[in-house]
This record gives sequence, C-alpha cells and structure tokens, in this order.
Amino acid sequence: MSSPAVAIAGLGVVRGGRPVLDSLSLTIAAGSITGLLGPSGCGKTTLMRCVVGVQVTAGGTVTVLGLPAGSPPLRRRVGYVTQAPSVYADLTVRENLRYFARVLGAPAQRVDEVAATVGLEGQVDALVAALSGGQQARVSLATALLGSPELLVLDEPTVGLDPVLRIELWDAFRQLADAGTTLLVSSHVMDEAERCDDLVLMRDGEVLAAESRQALIARTGAADVEQAFLQLVTGRQAA
Amino acid sequence: MSPQITLATALRVLSQLRRDPRTIAMLVIVPCVLVALLRYVFNGQPETFQRVGVPMVGIFPLVSMFLVTSIAMLRERTSGTLERLMTMPLAKLDLLAGYALAFAVVAVIQAATVSGVAIGLLDLHVAGSTALVVALAVLNALLGMALGLFLSAFAATEFQAVQFMPAFLLPQLLLCGILAPRDSMSDALRWLSDVLPMTYAYDALSRVAAGDGLGEVAVDVAVLVAAALASLALGAATLRRRTA
Repeated sequence: MSSPAVAIAGLGVVRGGRPVLDSLSLTIAAGSITGLLGPSGCGKTTLMRCVVGVQVTAGGTVTVLGLPAGSPPLRRRVGYVTQAPSVYADLTVRENLRYFARVLGAPAQRVDEVAATVGLEGQVDALVAALSGGQQARVSLATALLGSPELLVLDEPTVGLDPVLRIELWDAFRQLADAGTTLLVSSHVMDEAERCDDLVLMRDGEVLAAESRQALIARTGAADVEQAFLQLVTGRQAA
Repeated sequence: MSPQITLATALRVLSQLRRDPRTIAMLVIVPCVLVALLRYVFNGQPETFQRVGVPMVGIFPLVSMFLVTSIAMLRERTSGTLERLMTMPLAKLDLLAGYALAFAVVAVIQAATVSGVAIGLLDLHVAGSTALVVALAVLNALLGMALGLFLSAFAATEFQAVQFMPAFLLPQLLLCGILAPRDSMSDALRWLSDVLPMTYAYDALSRVAAGDGLGEVAVDVAVLVAAALASLALGAATLRRRTA
C-alpha cells in the first residue's frame, strides 16, 4: 500500500480552555473516500481544520501528502469546503469561480467544468445571494474543485440537498477518488457512510473506530454503520 | 506576491462594489452635499469656508474608506472567505494590495468629484495645485483603508466596526487643527496631535490651499505614507492562516 494521504499522531487541540481533541492518531489512505462520522460537536470540524492547517494545535503532528499540514506547497494541493458556504454572496457564481480560479492559477475553462460537476451550469450568472442554501453550498464545493486538488476535505457537503442531487454528488466524489483524489468527507447522516471506503467514527473528540467499512461491519457484527456506531458507544460505556 | 492575484482581487472588490450602487452613490454624493452645506453654513464668513473647505475635501475619502474597508474586511472574516483565501496560494500582501488598488480607484472618483463641485460650483479657492489636492485625497483614502483594515481585526460585529469611526477618527478630526489652531490647544493635546496622522493630512491640505507646492508638503506626505504602510503591516499581522 502507498503512503497515506494524511497521517496524524498525538494530535491535541484546546479551544476556549477545553480540550477538543486529545492525543488523536489516525491515517487516511490515498485515493479513497474516508467518511468522518459522529454527532454534532464531536470534533469533526476541528479535526478537518487541523488537516487543512488552519487550526492552532496544542501538540502532535499532522502530515498531509508528506508535508506538515498548512505548508505553503499544500495550498495548491488541498481543497477545503467549510460547513457554511464561504463564497461572496454579492457576486455571481461565475464571478466567484473566476476569482478563486485566478487565485489558484487554475485554467479558465475549469469554471464551467466545476459548475457542471455540482449541477449549477444553469445558474452561473445568478447572484449567490439569490440562490438557495443547497445551491450556495454547491458553489462553495465547486470552488474547492477548481484547482483539481489531490486531497479534498469536505465538511458536511450534502446538508440540505435533495436526494437526487446527493446521489449525483456522491457519484462525482467516487469519480474523483477513482481518478486518484483522496476525499475526507464529514457527515452526520449515517446512510452516507455506505458510500465511503473507510470510516472514522468519532465521539467527544475521540476516534471510536477507523477502518474500512466492511471491516467495521464484520468486526461488530452489526447490520449497518449506525448499529455499529451504537454498539461501539455502548460497549465503551459498559467497559 | 503575484500581480495577477492582486489584480484579480482588486477586480473582485470592484465587482462587489458595483453590485451596491447605493453605496457608490453615497460615497460620491454625500461629500459633495456636505461641502455645499459647509459653504452655506459659513455664508457670512467666506474666509472660514476657504480655510476649512480644502482640508475637508481631502479628508472625506479618509473617513469613507475607513468605514468601507473595515466593514468589507469584517465581512471577509465572518463569511469564511478570508479563511478560504488563507488556505489558497494567496499572499497576504496580494489581498491587501488588491483592496488598496480597488479603493484607490474609488477614491480618485470621489476626490475628483468633490473637488470639482467645491472648486467649480462653490467657488472654493485653491492657491496651489488642484491636482495635488486630489492626489492628497487619494493618499488619505489609502491611509483610511489601511487604518480600517487594521482596526477591523478588533471588531467582532458590524456594530463595533461602525463605532470605530467616532472612537478613532473623530478625535483626530478634533485635534488636527481644523477646529482650532493646534498652538492654542493644551500642551498634552498638542503633543497627542503630533502623533495622529490626520494632523499631517490637514497640514498638507491647508498648505496647498494657501499656495504651497509638493516640496513644502513633502514631510507631511512622508508621514502619511509611513502611517499607511505601518497600519498595512499591522493589518497584515492580523490576517492569520491559523486560528483558534
């Protein structure tokens, strides 16, 4: 197996005087889709921010594509989509994408390509402020695709999307992974876990399980990922 | 730093402003109306209008760019776009210079319009060069932008950002010499005014109004440039790639 896309060792994060992550270790395989699952507030976003390198950490190492997270060369190789759409509401979809493409040094035709990938080819000239929440989230996602990054970190990319679109986006994620992109996707919807190769289950800042979906199901003997998650939580409380 | 990214940022900021025609209209029209107001407030004392008119023309852009920039930068922070840009191959200077370039364009339009109205319609007399008044106004706009950029880091909400105007700019306006000569102030206030950038803006503008040229206001210009660069540097230091 090739070297992992992300290797985390002994990572700690303290926010507001409270430890959010404590000596967390994890590796993420290259060219796969890793689902980061867990309830709201369990530290998913903080962990993703560490991988992107925008989080101040309190110890430990995060190595991304062989470099320390947040190193300048990674700024072209890692794409990050925050949970809240971070695009300019007072610009059109095309103006947003064109600006970020210029910042990333991506070719101009990528603007139309990524708009099509997220199903917004009909809305490119609409103001972002006039779009629905789900459409705004897709503009934000399209922005991260512009530079064809090797690692895509997506924080809850499918919240508020209609089911058809969710399936289309997951198909797009699969295509990216097949082409060699590594995806780290957080979700609190367990049925999306079925679309992932590997799963990381988190609770209260701890990693309960990090393995392939099949291995998790086989090990716990559960019917699905949700059952496996519940078993791991109750098993831990009993122990 | 990359000229393409700086230029792309400037164009992006201008596109955003273009979407807000009411703000552009206010940036250009409000100073004109205020100068006209000043002209008729001092209807019986035309010499007072002559004394304060030119400095006002040159100081408006400082105030408006301060406000526009602090709100714009606060929006970049709260909307997450700043964090996104910080994860991209964009130098902090690209962002700052992009804003500076865009607002300089607006400042030129603003300063040229206000000077045109004041000099052409309201008989404001400039003994020195009118072009120098416009140039000083643009420099003041850039100073206002740099101050706004820096101070916006200390505002958590737009309410707070707006309050920085009376908190930081109004005292400078009171102390710069436009209301009362600095010689007549208490010593402590005069010393304080020595370290406030608007004092040098007022000094330069009133000298040009009285007939001085670039040579005579070179020291003022140097102080204004230094103050703008210092607050840009402080502003850059508030742009963090990593946050808690």
